[in-house]
Amino acid sequence: MSSCHGDVPRTGLLPNPSILPPAAHDRPIIVAIVGPPNSGKSTLFNRLTGLRQKVANFPGVTVEHRMGKAKLKEQHEVFLVDLPGVYSLSPRAEDEKVTHDVLKGERPDFPKPDAVILILDSTNLGRNLVLAAPILSLQLPTLVLLNMADDLKQRGGKVDVAALAAELNCPVALISAAKGEGIDRIQQFLIGTAVRLNAPPARIELPVLQDVPKCRQWAAKLGVRASYQAPAPPLWTRRLDAVFLHPVAGPLIFLAVVIGVFQSIFSWAQPLMNGLQQAVLWSGHWLTTVLPDSPWRSLLVDGVWSGVGSVVVFLPQILLLFLFIGILEDSGYLARAALIADRTMAKIGLQGKSFIPLLSAYACAVPAIMATRVIENKRDRTATIMIAPLMTCSARLPVYTLVIAAFVPNIPIIHGVFSLPAATMLGLYVLGFLAAVVIARLLKSTVLKSSRSSFVLEMPPYRWPTFQSLSLRLVDRAKVFLRRAGTVILAVAIVLWVLAHLPLHDGKTPPLEQSFAGMVGKTIEPAIQPLGFNWKIGIGLITSLAAREVIVGTLGTIYGIEGDEQSKGLQQAVHQDLSAAGAVALLVFFAFAMQCFSTLAVVKRETGGWKWPIFQFSYMLALAYSGSWIAFHITNFFLK
Amino acid sequence: MGRRKKPARQAGPVSSRTLADLSTGERCILDRLDLPEDVARRLMELGFLPGNEIVPGRRAPGGGPRVFRVDGSEIALRDDTAARLYVRRDPESDLIVLA
Repeated sequence: MSSCHGDVPRTGLLPNPSILPPAAHDRPIIVAIVGPPNSGKSTLFNRLTGLRQKVANFPGVTVEHRMGKAKLKEQHEVFLVDLPGVYSLSPRAEDEKVTHDVLKGERPDFPKPDAVILILDSTNLGRNLVLAAPILSLQLPTLVLLNMADDLKQRGGKVDVAALAAELNCPVALISAAKGEGIDRIQQFLIGTAVRLNAPPARIELPVLQDVPKCRQWAAKLGVRASYQAPAPPLWTRRLDAVFLHPVAGPLIFLAVVIGVFQSIFSWAQPLMNGLQQAVLWSGHWLTTVLPDSPWRSLLVDGVWSGVGSVVVFLPQILLLFLFIGILEDSGYLARAALIADRTMAKIGLQGKSFIPLLSAYACAVPAIMATRVIENKRDRTATIMIAPLMTCSARLPVYTLVIAAFVPNIPIIHGVFSLPAATMLGLYVLGFLAAVVIARLLKSTVLKSSRSSFVLEMPPYRWPTFQSLSLRLVDRAKVFLRRAGTVILAVAIVLWVLAHLPLHDGKTPPLEQSFAGMVGKTIEPAIQPLGFNWKIGIGLITSLAAREVIVGTLGTIYGIEGDEQSKGLQQAVHQDLSAAGAVALLVFFAFAMQCFSTLAVVKRETGGWKWPIFQFSYMLALAYSGSWIAFHITNFFLK
Repeated sequence: MGRRKKPARQAGPVSSRTLADLSTGERCILDRLDLPEDVARRLMELGFLPGNEIVPGRRAPGGGPRVFRVDGSEIALRDDTAARLYVRRDPESDLIVLA
């Protein structure tokens, strides 16, 4: 079931069989795209393939390689692989190791590429050219791209491309991947590779690769021979940093950004969600009227429609969250946020680099856990993985929204700055965050204790997020979410409907209480009664082990089966089964519990065994149970 | 919470000064890196090579890591790392002062 997240990496490094050509060919032609972090590899990859691919303006975010078929004018099949960014080919962090091993042909599960596209940031060619030495030493056909040509020109820099090509003995092109300038030269190279026209570059004299100063001198000499003129410093980046890293304004802006994102998610998405909800309800009624009365109608309307529909409603909210995170990442602000957060993160034993995976975990823990590979220190990395699922991921939003809308009155607080529902939601985010802080501290002072590690982070220049990158991201997310709704949630809805309709009593469906689903719920009721949950909520807790948002679909199905309550909507229906204290307990339970197969699968893969995922599941369940027990009793105390 | 902005320390031979001792905008030349092999290598790849010019820039609010301009880019380092990078004065900046 782990494949329900689009992000879950396939086992090993083998590309998706569906994009590789049939085995009729002797072997597909593969061209690797290599470059330092933040040189525009992913943007170029998107340009060349049109395939969805995460692009981010943060060094080292492409930790998983992506494959894609190049869009070429002629009938040639060339596959591009986007490798993690590297500064050299001596591997230290795990993402660098992937690049190193693939290029050297040292991965048993991945063929050695036929050619390499080396993409460099032309605005800092001196340092970037260092990477040319190890790449040229591979003796593969190579195309060197000097990216961000527009930026270079605008800031008054220059480079003699022909002279550089002569020095390197391989083709060189000045391009702008973001603007799409110079792409035809790359396509020529790809076609040349496809027909095996491109020869490996003639050997040139290269420095000793292990000797960093020598390599840098070599690059500097190349720069001089290619009449490279470095551009003026990025003035706007300095000006913006003066504001964003200001001792007073900086942290205030940081807080305002975080609060602004959450507030707008709820106020902007609400009208859209209401619209969708009405559409689901209305179409459900319409189906009931047009279809003849039969068990199939019940399955379709009560099982599938109300189950899947109640989750699809949350699409606008989730996309809005991903849009904001996308803007922060692509603009370069996220690296500044990591800088601001480092001091605080150091206090809990982590570091600023943990901040980026943790922020992505607010969208989804699966890509977040993969993004922890940028953390070189293994213990810091494991600790970050352990706490990532405590961040409020988008799958919790449907649950939170449902319960909050049902129980928290919409009244303004703090003179209308906040509404009470928005404040409750923010409180839940804070709750998850605080739990993460405590757990991180505990882990880092016991089993994952390590000496203070170093923090080295490059600050990329600020850039405008491109429409292309943001829209690709959202389309990708929408697909993942809808695929989940169409697979896991659909399957759970159908199974649940069946379990709720069997065993038959005298050929008729039993009351929910006497159905199989009801029996399971009744069985676990004693365990969850202390938390204020009844057996119906219990059914939801069990189904939501697959994925958190499934509980919403489950309740949709349960109440759909119970007949006329569907017309009142899920919110009122939930009201009958939960007391206010039970609602608070349910929110706390979902804030802490580890209900996501996909996350457990990726944790197992990234930590290399069952030890950590089992530990993670257990501690989070214990936390959830005790937390919601306390929440239930405190709320009861105050409400009485 | 302003973490002490160290006034340019005069004591000791020049090479005992580290990146952490410099005030914002004070140019210097990197002398040596006193760090474990792998960290030193990573820093050298990012431009922290002996002989290169480094300009200390902004510090994260509240005394976090500091941004250094080196070799055409901006790299943030924590203080404990910066304190292991020994520097000398940039002769060019002296010239500017004299001029």
